Amino acid sequence: MISNTKKIKNKLAKRYAKEKRFQIYGLSAIAVSIAFLLSLLINISTTGFPAFQQTYINIDVNIDSKLLNLVDKYNEKALFSANYRKVVNQSLKTLFPGVKGRKQKKALRQLVSKSARYQLRDLVINNPDIINTKQSLWFLARDDVDVFMKGGIDRSLPESDRRLKNFQLVWIDKLLAENRLEKRFNINFFTQGDSREPEQAGIKGAMIGSLLTMLVTMLLSFPIGVAAAIYLEEFAPKNNRWVDIIEININNLAAVPSIVFGLLGLAVFIGVFGVPRSIPLIGGLVLTLMTLPTIIISSRASLRAVSPSIREAALGLGASRVQTTFHHVVPAAMPGILTGTIIGMAQALGETAPLLMIGMVAFIADVPQGITDPSTVLPVQIYLWSDSPERAFTERTSAAIMVLLGFLIVMNLLAVIMRRKFEKKR
Amino acid sequence: MTFGVIFTALMALLLLGYYIGKKRSIRLSDKSNQRLHSLPQHYGYLIAFWSSAPALLILLFWSVLESSVINSAIIAQLPVQFQQSSADEVELFINEIINLSHSGVTISDEVKRHAVFYYNELIEFSNWVKSLIVFVLAFMGMFIALAFVKPEMKARNLVERLIRWSMIGCALIAVLTTVGIIFSVIFESIIFFKTVNVFDFLFGAHWSPQEAIREDQVGGSGSFGALPLFVGTLLISFVALMIAVPLGLMSAIYLSEYSSPRFRLFAKPVLEMLAGIPTVVYGFFAAITVAPFIRDLGESLGLSLSSESALAAGIVMGVMIIPFVSSLSDDVISAVPQALRDGSYAMGATKSETIKQVIIPAALPGIVSGVLLAASRAIGETMIVVMAAGLSANLTFNPLEAVTTVTVQMVALLTGDQEFDSTKTLAAFALGLGLFLTTLVLNIISLYVVRKYQEQYD
Amino acid sequence: MINIEKREEFDIKIDKTVGKPFIKDAKFSTRNVDVFYGEKQAIFDANIDIGKNQIIAMIGPSGCGKSTFLRCLNRMNDTIQDCHISGDIKLDDEDIYQKQQDPVLLRARVGMVFQKPNPFPKSIYDNVAYGAKLHGLASSKIELDELVEKSLIRAGLFKEVKDSLHKSGTGLSGGQQQRLCIARTIAIDPEVILMDEPTSALDPIATAVIEELMIDLSKKYTIAIVTHSMQQAARVSQRTAYFHLGYLVEVNDTNTVFTNPEHQLTENYITGRFG
Repeated sequence: MISNTKKIKNKLAKRYAKEKRFQIYGLSAIAVSIAFLLSLLINISTTGFPAFQQTYINIDVNIDSKLLNLVDKYNEKALFSANYRKVVNQSLKTLFPGVKGRKQKKALRQLVSKSARYQLRDLVINNPDIINTKQSLWFLARDDVDVFMKGGIDRSLPESDRRLKNFQLVWIDKLLAENRLEKRFNINFFTQGDSREPEQAGIKGAMIGSLLTMLVTMLLSFPIGVAAAIYLEEFAPKNNRWVDIIEININNLAAVPSIVFGLLGLAVFIGVFGVPRSIPLIGGLVLTLMTLPTIIISSRASLRAVSPSIREAALGLGASRVQTTFHHVVPAAMPGILTGTIIGMAQALGETAPLLMIGMVAFIADVPQGITDPSTVLPVQIYLWSDSPERAFTERTSAAIMVLLGFLIVMNLLAVIMRRKFEKKR
Repeated sequence: MTFGVIFTALMALLLLGYYIGKKRSIRLSDKSNQRLHSLPQHYGYLIAFWSSAPALLILLFWSVLESSVINSAIIAQLPVQFQQSSADEVELFINEIINLSHSGVTISDEVKRHAVFYYNELIEFSNWVKSLIVFVLAFMGMFIALAFVKPEMKARNLVERLIRWSMIGCALIAVLTTVGIIFSVIFESIIFFKTVNVFDFLFGAHWSPQEAIREDQVGGSGSFGALPLFVGTLLISFVALMIAVPLGLMSAIYLSEYSSPRFRLFAKPVLEMLAGIPTVVYGFFAAITVAPFIRDLGESLGLSLSSESALAAGIVMGVMIIPFVSSLSDDVISAVPQALRDGSYAMGATKSETIKQVIIPAALPGIVSGVLLAASRAIGETMIVVMAAGLSANLTFNPLEAVTTVTVQMVALLTGDQEFDSTKTLAAFALGLGLFLTTLVLNIISLYVVRKYQEQYD
Repeated sequence: MINIEKREEFDIKIDKTVGKPFIKDAKFSTRNVDVFYGEKQAIFDANIDIGKNQIIAMIGPSGCGKSTFLRCLNRMNDTIQDCHISGDIKLDDEDIYQKQQDPVLLRARVGMVFQKPNPFPKSIYDNVAYGAKLHGLASSKIELDELVEKSLIRAGLFKEVKDSLHKSGTGLSGGQQQRLCIARTIAIDPEVILMDEPTSALDPIATAVIEELMIDLSKKYTIAIVTHSMQQAARVSQRTAYFHLGYLVEVNDTNTVFTNPEHQLTENYITGRFG
């Protein structure tokens, strides 16, 4: 007997050390996961944050009608097609009179964005009286200048390893000295569609595309999902083989890879029904099929949570099954159903793979006006930009991710608040 | 009239129908001094249904079929040499015609002008006939249904039957989706397997789907040996599970057995956030941050790694599926009866001994099913691998090398412009079939195991 | 509504435990033990000695605290959050709630059998070998085999399971499962065995077998048993303690308690007036 106690005592320290170690493993598993999440978020926001600012460049523009090649300054068509590029380039040359050689001249033109000429055009069309005057204007700077201003180009590197050459740096220094370079809030990022030029690229097109796609998804998946859930939970015969098949089906669909839904959309909606590619309508259809299982499963769970006494009370008062369900059970389950729907929508909002299959991956600069206009969505825009080699696009990709995550956080918070309210009520 | 206008008109008719139906039922019952069987609004619902639903159905069908019918009609009246050109060119031509007809520019080309004219004519005709049929149907439905309204009519039962059937329809959409998936992948796969042998596809070690554009092109024969893809998928999924299973399981154990309720309240939602982050974000993070980090790390250890190693994609994917493993494991661990824990503690076991020797074995089926679900998630995951794993089809088990996966190739084969039924796109469907079947089997086993497990402790 | 205040047992005061709570040569002795679950007090000032190689039965109506008290004796209440205990509980004159006392070691010395049989989802062999493996009691496979066999024989289960030692313990009948749990407990050779209503989930035949086993085991072990059945207490125990609403009302020789109870509450209970 005593020997037993002794045997146990001898091993005790070792066993407690093991216990401690095990606990530390658990805690570090959580710590590692959270650290990864944090490093992802911090990494994305530090790269993305500068994109919310954009460098502007100040130039004195001499809007010379000769350079514009313009005779009648009140003819709108002529105004529209006048040679604004030349005006902008000439103004740059006046700013830096000493520039020689083709290469340097080209580099000089590339200090400002290509959008400068359109900005000037719109300005002139709005107010033709400024023709033949000198104006001090702020234009978007080219992406390289912008990256430099945000500290993305290291001066100390050898010239051949830099995107900006020595002579360009001299220009920039001069502009800086004359206060002609300024960082401002990047409003373009939220008001413009996609562009090949990073400094002009914005997420408005993708945001509207996402919005339209989500609209289609919600209008379809919410009623269909809730109706299916109500049927399965309240009306379907129990222990019926068909109902069982539907249930297994739904559970399985919830775990089918999303890319497979893209194949379905491609083969059936595009291949058979001839719906055009790349439009929010088809994106919405595919995402509807993808989110339905989520909505059905969570709606069923919240319908199941409604106490049977409500049903019995209503049925006891002579209400029909349908009336009982729609007047009493569904309203009681509504917060839960909405929570599930929001989570399903958040999933759909972040989904990319199936949309690649149905052609929402094309480069589209215009902001879509309706559900049948070609468009892209926010996550796909992120994918497209992440493929671009320009440094300024990396920054914008991260910024777009921040916007997407912002939407998702808002949606999830909404779901959490809804759930809290629901739990308090019960 | 456009779709939108007709649709709005139908919605107006729906409201009108409701109103008329309600009023009429009240008037009829007043006149005949007979009590209505159901509430007046039930009659309203019925009329509303018949005055919009059939018309709406026709409208939808018409709109879906319209464009393909018109297109083939245009092609049919084109000169013969056009009809014989490739499907791509025909599609381009049709698009041009449609664009031209919208722009209103004067056209010099004789064939095109004729086609545009014909197209406009057809569209106009179709719109007329469509509007006519839809509205005739709508009014007919309304009047016939109104004629049936009598006080003794069991309107409520009819409405409820309608509701029930439409709910069944909604539930069936889930089944239809599965059927749709199966048929779409199987049909295209069958066509694919007519040109490519099934065994060559499954066991062939050479994947290079580029087809020869010219006859004499070198190496462009298009070979579809998918083995490197399967191996690549398994390799990355394996790396992912190696990350996700220990981290997820240990997190779940800590949260359910050790943590204070307050820490749990904080840590659980944070872990679940990992599942809420869009995969494209993970993909970007993997490609921009994790892959270079791992490459640099490898270099400092004297290893030469490609920047698109399976390791980087696998690690990030592993982190993504941690919550799948942890939340399912958490559920099953919490479901293990307290009596088993008590029994073990009463024997003088420490907490970790109890967990390792009693709780985990008891919860094993549930944990296994969680891992299977996570595996199915990893195999079907697309964006992370598309952005971080690359396209080179290496047949290797070395996670430091670049590999490609089934999903990456599906995206590569289907994005970009190609004909719908080229062998390349068909190959994507064959890959999709394999992916669907694999995940289906994993899901079904997992669902079955978890069901059995729940029965055990109910 | 029934007026609870009017019920007669509430009028009876409990000042101190009557009968003979203290004995010489006690294995366990508890003094001034209070147990709280958060704010709620579950045990009030319990004083009792438990004699060596004896069976003591703890009886009383549901919720009287007898199980809670039993679980204090091997510190099983430690696993319940916000349960705390004050007072002295001594095992062989050592305070088991002292800092240097180790719950793992204590539980190896004070085993426990539960109300519902709870064999681990392992083989019969592994169930019995569990404790020995944990504590490193057997130095070889042969020794372990012997220990398992010996324990199963002592628990009276060996004959029934000797051909199926590697089948799952959860596949046995309820009575067999409970004996397996007893075998598992005696395999680590404890000094005390606590039994929390060990037969309440079993049929009468299985109960009889277990009761016989208890009497047999009491030759070597000190046994404390919580039971709902007064007949069982009368059949197996030498001493009986009666608990009422968290108070230890009366402790005495089993015979005395059942034939000549000192306290009114005890009498009410054993004559079946409530409980």
